[in-house]
Amino acid sequence: MESVFGLVGKDFAIVVADSSAVHSILVHKTNEDKIMVLDSHKLMGASGETGDRAQFTEYVQKNVALYQFRNGIPLTTAATANFTRGELATALRKNPYMVNIILAGYDKDVGPSLYFIDYIASLHKVDKAAFGYGSYFALSMMDRHYRRDMSVEEAIELVDKCIREIRSRLVVAPPNFLIKIVDKDGAREYGWRESIKDAPVAAA
Amino acid sequence: MMKIDFSGLDPYMPVKGNAEDLDDEILAAPSFKLPVTVDFDGFQKAAVQMVKPAKGTTTLAFIFKDGVMVAADSRASMGGYISSQSVKKIIEINPYMLGTMAGGAADCQFWHRNLGIKCRLHELANKRRISVAGASKLLANILYSYRGMGLSVGTMIAGWDENGPGLYYVDSEGGRLKGTRFSVGSGSPYAYGVLDSGYRFDLSVEEAAELARRAIYHATFRDGASGGVASVYHVGPSGWKKLSGDDVGELHYSYYPVEPTAVEQEMADVPIA
Repeated sequence: MESVFGLVGKDFAIVVADSSAVHSILVHKTNEDKIMVLDSHKLMGASGETGDRAQFTEYVQKNVALYQFRNGIPLTTAATANFTRGELATALRKNPYMVNIILAGYDKDVGPSLYFIDYIASLHKVDKAAFGYGSYFALSMMDRHYRRDMSVEEAIELVDKCIREIRSRLVVAPPNFLIKIVDKDGAREYGWRESIKDAPVAAA
Repeated sequence: MMKIDFSGLDPYMPVKGNAEDLDDEILAAPSFKLPVTVDFDGFQKAAVQMVKPAKGTTTLAFIFKDGVMVAADSRASMGGYISSQSVKKIIEINPYMLGTMAGGAADCQFWHRNLGIKCRLHELANKRRISVAGASKLLANILYSYRGMGLSVGTMIAGWDENGPGLYYVDSEGGRLKGTRFSVGSGSPYAYGVLDSGYRFDLSVEEAAELARRAIYHATFRDGASGGVASVYHVGPSGWKKLSGDDVGELHYSYYPVEPTAVEQEMADVPIA
């Protein structure tokens, strides 16, 4: 079942998400990217209903881009987090988006940061966060092994520990995970942790 | 003293007939039968669900080296009742794009036709065919805007565009997935079983069609809500083509031969003492 988590390291932030698209007992896909790259230095990992997740993250991404076009400067990570929270809060009393979000970003002045935003529109600035069934394992694992001054290698080692724990202890564990990282050089894919290979999309 | 004129307060139209008749009409039992139920809304919802055909279905599509193979059964059922054995579940959106139908038949049919119109308008406005990604997103956005209002659609949009073969899964929850291999409907777990074991990217058109047909056949064999005819379509660089439509009852003889088994024990008459 869905597992999204993230953590802040020394001068970077990491977001990890499973990559399964599930409908009741069927796994439709095991290579679905659930971490949206919002702009050059922001990542948005999301879990929740498929439709809401796709629609909402894309909505935020487009609005962040619109702000940048209009004002010539990008939205800070904190501002993006508050914007996202605001949108979820207004939607909450009408037609709520069932999405939980982990927002990671890197700003020149403040460095890396991580925000925890859930579908009831609560917003927390945190060092580590997790959503979904995997969160039970990832949270305790990160509580035990996390340090604020971790290097990329140490952080990835911790991420792999979390993934191993989820895979071995969670009944409905997803087979594949995607890791993305954001630092001073920008937001990018770090790597996959795959135990099942989906047929690659045809290059024809 | 002058009398005040109250005539303006009189009713404009005189009340015709007498008020008792009106009472009778309202209080009398209606000329049609009402369902015997306390929860009328619940009854209506259940009734609509009951008469919504094409719930049980098997459809599949996959991308391989020569394009996309699309296949489906043809049964429409309303609960336990089979309402048709000859439904076109593969909808031809335009010469380069197909949609499959699972869920509510009317919802699928209507929104695919609607999508066809939108695709044609895109073509006229932009002088080029819409991409499969674009078309599937048009549909997904429409379905998402109606989410929670009772639409029931589970569809695959398969086609060939400027980027080659394209395949998307779209449903009424607003989900839209890009992929190489999907199956939708109540028979889909059975179809996946056959499809996953036989799939390779470098399948030939003939092999792919055979795999698709077999997957549908095996799904109709185990899933009571799927059956009828297994139709197979192929979408290549020059558009789609229907390859076959075989009655799964006929396919049964070639795909599921029953071997004669030795009789273990013959029934014999009880010897008369």
